[in-house]
Amino acid sequence: MSLRPDLAIIAAHLPAGARALDIGCGDGELMAALRDDRGADVRGLELDPGNVAVAVGRGLSVIQGDADTDLAGYPDQSFDYAILSQTLQTARAPDRVLDELLRIGRYAFVSFPNFAHWRVRLSLLWGGRMPVTRLLPERWYDTPNIHHLTIDDFRAHLAERGVIVEGAWFLSGDKQTGGAAANFLAEHAIFLLRREQSKVDRG
Amino acid sequence: MLTTPSSLDQRFGLSRRVVLPGPLRLDGGALLAPVEIAYETYGTLAADGGNAMLVCHALTGDQHLASAHPRTGKPGWWQRMVGPGKPIDTDRYFVICTNVLGSCMGSTGPASTDPTTGRPYAMTFPVITIRDMVRAQALLLDHLGVARLMAVVGGSMGGMQALSWAATFPDRVEKCVVIASTARHSAQNIAFHEVGRQAVMADPNWRGGDYYDGDPPAAGLAVARMAAHITYLSEAGLTENFGRRLQARAQKSFGFDADFQVESYLRHQGLAFTDRFDANSYLYITRALDYFDLAEEHGGLLANAFRGTATRFCLVSFDTDWLYPTAESRSIVHALMAAGAPASFVELSSPFGHDAFLLDSPELDRVIHGFLSAGR
Repeated sequence: MSLRPDLAIIAAHLPAGARALDIGCGDGELMAALRDDRGADVRGLELDPGNVAVAVGRGLSVIQGDADTDLAGYPDQSFDYAILSQTLQTARAPDRVLDELLRIGRYAFVSFPNFAHWRVRLSLLWGGRMPVTRLLPERWYDTPNIHHLTIDDFRAHLAERGVIVEGAWFLSGDKQTGGAAANFLAEHAIFLLRREQSKVDRG
Repeated sequence: MLTTPSSLDQRFGLSRRVVLPGPLRLDGGALLAPVEIAYETYGTLAADGGNAMLVCHALTGDQHLASAHPRTGKPGWWQRMVGPGKPIDTDRYFVICTNVLGSCMGSTGPASTDPTTGRPYAMTFPVITIRDMVRAQALLLDHLGVARLMAVVGGSMGGMQALSWAATFPDRVEKCVVIASTARHSAQNIAFHEVGRQAVMADPNWRGGDYYDGDPPAAGLAVARMAAHITYLSEAGLTENFGRRLQARAQKSFGFDADFQVESYLRHQGLAFTDRFDANSYLYITRALDYFDLAEEHGGLLANAFRGTATRFCLVSFDTDWLYPTAESRSIVHALMAAGAPASFVELSSPFGHDAFLLDSPELDRVIHGFLSAGR
């Protein structure tokens, strides 16, 4: 079974044996890969009880909960990595979720679909309708994606908050693309982040 | 020395009893000796002892986990969960279930004979705690030669025992399954129990607990059970099952018969209970539940109960359980997170309230089966 491309990038860049928290872990696909291939000590948080049941059935430690409300219970810096894949845009308060991520983990992986991808732009420009694409398959009324963002939005937000970007990867058609013009060409972005050193020290 | 195959070992099987010399030092300070324990085992203990599992019963449960109840003839209380090919698979696991200390199905309790007087303990039986129940179970495991449990599993009061096991004997517990339970009794929990206890004590047959040579306080115990039974069901469940429907009559009687089906049902539950349960045991076990506060035993901080543990935890709650609501499981989960313990938690949906843990739930089956078989 091969991982979704954004998850494969996270898995490839997570150091062996790291402690990781996968927020919005679904049925535990990434967690299982991190455990089996990277020897990671990995925990999960997931909203859907059916997904939790599947993940627990895989021998994974997953807690049913909501990224918006249930991250407060995790102690500061209790994980090497906090992972948020394809979940940021579904949060009610994504900025606060991001703060929590950087509090709980020394590093954070964040991946999200880029709303400024040219196909999305075209769809809105020419169609005049909310885009329905491969990565954003739901229509306006049933989409869980309530806070669409672009790669440039995210970069600006990080700069405002003084969050340090340790790495960034961009995907188009499941293939990695360069950073140049990523906001136009990438369907999907993965960032590796950490807080400013002083903030990490203060915990 | 010859080793006896476990199938021939008299310590293993259904309807077992053992008298252990003790003494057992209780949380209340008393020493209890001897300690009799009634228990059942299912499946075969592996040569390395690695497949032993303890299932803990709820307030009025017993050791007849998956075998017919000797008095009522009803199937074991968790027969749907435990057995060959079931989520708790007795083809793979060696499963032990003991009647808790203080109960009345063969383990030492208030109805047992006090060796110093030759008469039933009645109210001279020492007040016990959940941890005392667990320590008694540990004595039994020593007797059975089970050093380590691959899992302790329990719902409701059984879940409290499972938590207490993990906190008291962390090195003996690999996995801990806590279903529809709590780490402490709330004021509301205590309040309902106090209503039940007062109902028993108000029954003239109770006679300060010394009723063993006469009629038991059945009316009081039945009322206690009726009150408690309401807390095991959801309001939606009661409405669906009974609504305001009348019991075998076309109209209200303008009297105090059981006009409503729900009254008739509760009366039946109360009466049936008195056939199988000792009123004093009910007092002692509800007291043990009310005294339960795992954080208090660990300096007021629940996380301390699990600090440094290697035990893996799995907690399940039900959305309509208002006796031990999801928030209670969540606070345990937060304590486990703070302690860094590996924990899983899921709230399942069920219309059946607290009782859901005993009823058909494919999702519960999947979680338990998956959690127990993972890494084996």
